Amino acid sequence: MEEKKAIIEALVFAAETPLAVERIAEILAGTEKAAISGALQELAREYEERKGGIQLHAVAGGYQFRTRAELGAWVKKLRTARPPGLTPAALETLAIIAYRQPVVKADIDRFRGVDAAGSLKGLLEKKLARIVGRKDVPGRPILYGTTRKFLEVFNLQDLSALPTLRELKELQE
Amino acid sequence: MKSGTLLEFDMGYEIKLDIFEGPLDLLLYLIKKNEIDIYDIPIALITRQYLDYIEMLRTFNLDLAGEFLVLAATLIHIKSRLLLPVEEDPSAQEEEDPRAELVRQLLEYQAFKEAALQLDSRSVLERDVFARSCPAAGPNDPEDPEVFTEMDVFDLVKAFQQMTGRLDKTERMEIDAEEMSLADRINEIMDRLREHKHMAFTDLLAERTDRRWVLYTFLALLELMKLRMIKAYQGESYGVIRLFLAVE
Repeated sequence: MEEKKAIIEALVFAAETPLAVERIAEILAGTEKAAISGALQELAREYEERKGGIQLHAVAGGYQFRTRAELGAWVKKLRTARPPGLTPAALETLAIIAYRQPVVKADIDRFRGVDAAGSLKGLLEKKLARIVGRKDVPGRPILYGTTRKFLEVFNLQDLSALPTLRELKELQE
Repeated sequence: MKSGTLLEFDMGYEIKLDIFEGPLDLLLYLIKKNEIDIYDIPIALITRQYLDYIEMLRTFNLDLAGEFLVLAATLIHIKSRLLLPVEEDPSAQEEEDPRAELVRQLLEYQAFKEAALQLDSRSVLERDVFARSCPAAGPNDPEDPEVFTEMDVFDLVKAFQQMTGRLDKTERMEIDAEEMSLADRINEIMDRLREHKHMAFTDLLAERTDRRWVLYTFLALLELMKLRMIKAYQGESYGVIRLFLAVE
């Protein structure tokens, strides 16, 4: 297993996007998915214990090496272009899409009490939101949902990793 | 991230004005500021303060969104309903508090506002945490080295012209007995895209060369793009146009 763990570590390192257990299982034919998951978790623990600059994150249905959050300010200096952050309006719109998807624009407007056209367009351009279809009601309004990139950007394993609105409310109180 | 501005009034007192995300945001702020129970909002007080704020925004010629006025009207409407005498009729007990709908809306908004803050507090990629390489933008197949740029209808029309130029020009006029509908062709294309994930525009058209069939294929593609069911991407100028499903 030690050798396999090393192979898995190499695969995750070399992959450009979060690497799914299924994909590793295809490469390591004959290895149980449970064993792969186990090795990944063990690796994640090792990196955690090492307290180095890198962590192994479970994100967007796969695993990816990421720098430690506390070191963000340093790594940022490496980047020439600063990625534009999301405005509070865009974040609110994104939160509504994430929690209520698939959702039509009219509902997003209603939840926020303002027209969401601008922030919605920005989210689509940033590929954090996408069109998932059309609602089968008169006018066939477009339904919006979040993307895989949304999970990657916000460090989420999947949508169920989002705290429920109820949990948030308890947190608040 | 609200930017506060210090404003001076003629009356001589200063007010710290926050820029609010919207009318609900302003209302929540007023409720918090007055330490009011959200389930028992004193409408008169809140409406007064709300209108003062709007008036103030107007004084400074700030672009006042219509939504602020809509909520002002809602508040006044609720107040007027509260002023109506309550009927002694026992069935009237069933009647909902006029404020209930507003409270629901406020609570919902508050929940999403909290959810947004929660999202922002996560370790955001390219802000707090960094991966070895940034995730590729677009529907880029990691195994496909082509880089795609999004195309519009005009690019597609140009490609269609190139395609028709290649068609057999000596084709004779025939009465086509074959029944073909646009819907059929749309469904065929969608089926094939579902199967292959993405397809080259030329492959799709190269199957047959009769004008009618090519035309239907092209119309179907335009329709699908309009409905945003598919997306067209091109790796380079005059390169192959690839079609992707916009909906997974």
